[in-house]
Amino acid sequence: MAVDGLDLEVRLGECFGLLGPNGAGKTTTVEVLQGLLTPDAGDVQILGMRWKTDERALRERLGTQLQETIFPDKLTVREVVTLFRSLYEHGTTVDEAIDAVALREKQNTWVKKLSGGQRQRLAIAAALVSDPELLFLDEPTAGLDPQSRHQLWDIIASLRERGKTVLLTTHYMDEAERLCDRVAVVDHGKVIALGTPRELIASLGAEHVVEFGVEDGVHLTEDALRELPGVEEVRIENGTTRITVRRVHEAVPALLGLLNDQGASLNQLATHHATLEDVFLHLTGRSLRDA
Amino acid sequence: MRDRHGGPLAQLTLWRVREIFREPEALFWVFAFPVLLSIALGIAFRSRAPQALQVAVQDGPGAAALVAALDSAQGLRAEALDSVQAHEQLRTGRVALVVIPGTPIVFRFDSTRDESHLARLRAMNAIEAASGRRDVVAITDVKVTEKGSRYIDFLIPGLIGLNIMGTGMWGLGFGTVRMRTKNLLKRLLSSPMRKSHFLAAQIFARLVFLPLEVGAVLLFGVIVFGIPVRGSLISLAIIALLGAMSFAGLGLLTASRAKTIEGVSGLMNVVMVPMWILSGVFFSWSHFPDAIQPLIRALPLTALNDALRANLLDGASLASTVGLLAIVAAWGVVSFGVALKIFRWK
Repeated sequence: MAVDGLDLEVRLGECFGLLGPNGAGKTTTVEVLQGLLTPDAGDVQILGMRWKTDERALRERLGTQLQETIFPDKLTVREVVTLFRSLYEHGTTVDEAIDAVALREKQNTWVKKLSGGQRQRLAIAAALVSDPELLFLDEPTAGLDPQSRHQLWDIIASLRERGKTVLLTTHYMDEAERLCDRVAVVDHGKVIALGTPRELIASLGAEHVVEFGVEDGVHLTEDALRELPGVEEVRIENGTTRITVRRVHEAVPALLGLLNDQGASLNQLATHHATLEDVFLHLTGRSLRDA
Repeated sequence: MRDRHGGPLAQLTLWRVREIFREPEALFWVFAFPVLLSIALGIAFRSRAPQALQVAVQDGPGAAALVAALDSAQGLRAEALDSVQAHEQLRTGRVALVVIPGTPIVFRFDSTRDESHLARLRAMNAIEAASGRRDVVAITDVKVTEKGSRYIDFLIPGLIGLNIMGTGMWGLGFGTVRMRTKNLLKRLLSSPMRKSHFLAAQIFARLVFLPLEVGAVLLFGVIVFGIPVRGSLISLAIIALLGAMSFAGLGLLTASRAKTIEGVSGLMNVVMVPMWILSGVFFSWSHFPDAIQPLIRALPLTALNDALRANLLDGASLASTVGLLAIVAAWGVVSFGVALKIFRWK
């Protein structure tokens, strides 16, 4: 995946989210930042250093969890963390890293007997053991069950509280919203939005989304919907209409009134707080899952 | 507080050693397989009295007397057959010689077969003796079986060489390609690990098994077949060590670019199968035409096998095998150097 003209600045002590659908160029971006790929053009500066001149010093100070790294099946958790600890001059103790991801009970278990969530936690322990100033987490919760995801979220949140700088890539909008101080939304190798989750949602101009469908035979025009109080955006797709509104308690009674006038009846109605998902939809016209 | 971990080289080596010891299949191929192979081949090629050669006498007048004369001769068994059967059995190799009675007696045989020539000589001797020949020179046979000249004595050093090659190549080849497919190499590369530490650890881990795997086959050969160990054990250890490091380098080179286990398996076979056949594991490379012998002698396994045999069977000193060892070492140095240059980490 090509990345073209992507400008980012990650501040010390923040959790920065690189957000976008699969194939948007997030992993490429992270690999360039980690010095695993050399960009054709452009400049990367990390902790005031550059890959060309300070490679080893930089590697000492970074922690990495890569997407889809599989540790050796027949090593124990403790052996893997000890191995990674030995690669760095300075770092935490092996015990501290294991405790940070709550794997103490599993420390003598072979990697192949761990669950998916436990393996991801081990990957994070291996990244933490260098006591990094900057931590790269690439899709840390991809493919995990909800319980394991929440457990990982707690771990990442605690890292932020301890003042670590974290660069997190994810294609889960809820994950970014919950964990990140700032996010960059990436699509087709470019940053299409940058800011705090709050700012990005506020950029929609309205904080609620109303989704509804009507019985066949009735056609509501976009213009009619825009006339309703507090409506910012209207989108009609596959028989479902989404309107972004400032205040649900004003928009919904007005919508019901409009439907009543036209003699239409609803077959579905739902409202939710606007999310980064809605931001992505607003910016690209595609939902993340379709992308 | 610092954990006691012994540094990156020790940890990287320990990792590979643990992996191999926890892999039952790997242990089978390293230890059990060569021993089973030497049992099977030792039994198949055990030393025994040479088998009697089968000859046929074509039916006709005087056939019965010929059968009696030939069948009672040492090293021959004869039976009477009609001419069609006799020729059929000669063609299919069941008999080494067909004797057609008459005057003169006719010997039919395939002149490219060694045992046919031998059968012809024995038959001629038997017929002449039965016809009243007088021997004019007295000859006495002294029969010996010398340790070191049997097939099993030739085979065991070859198996040790083969094992050193196989463990080095498969161990490093599969190990590194598996790490590559699992993104582990990339993960290691993103740490401050030195690449030379990683590659050296692969070779050191392989050397941990060397005394065990060479010892197992050698001990088995000495105890079960009584093969001789005439050279010094220190020289033997140095030869084995050089061989192991050389093939570890070659294994690393073979695996330096491959992205899949299937890919590296193919490459391993391309590298190893010619040496299985050419390098004097199961039979001497001197059977091959003179024109290609310089090529065969330049192969690392040929040099290693020759050095092992010189040590075990001839009791040769290390100094006298220095040429062979130079070939082995050169292969190792060159392949490690090239592997370090072209190694694919991602």
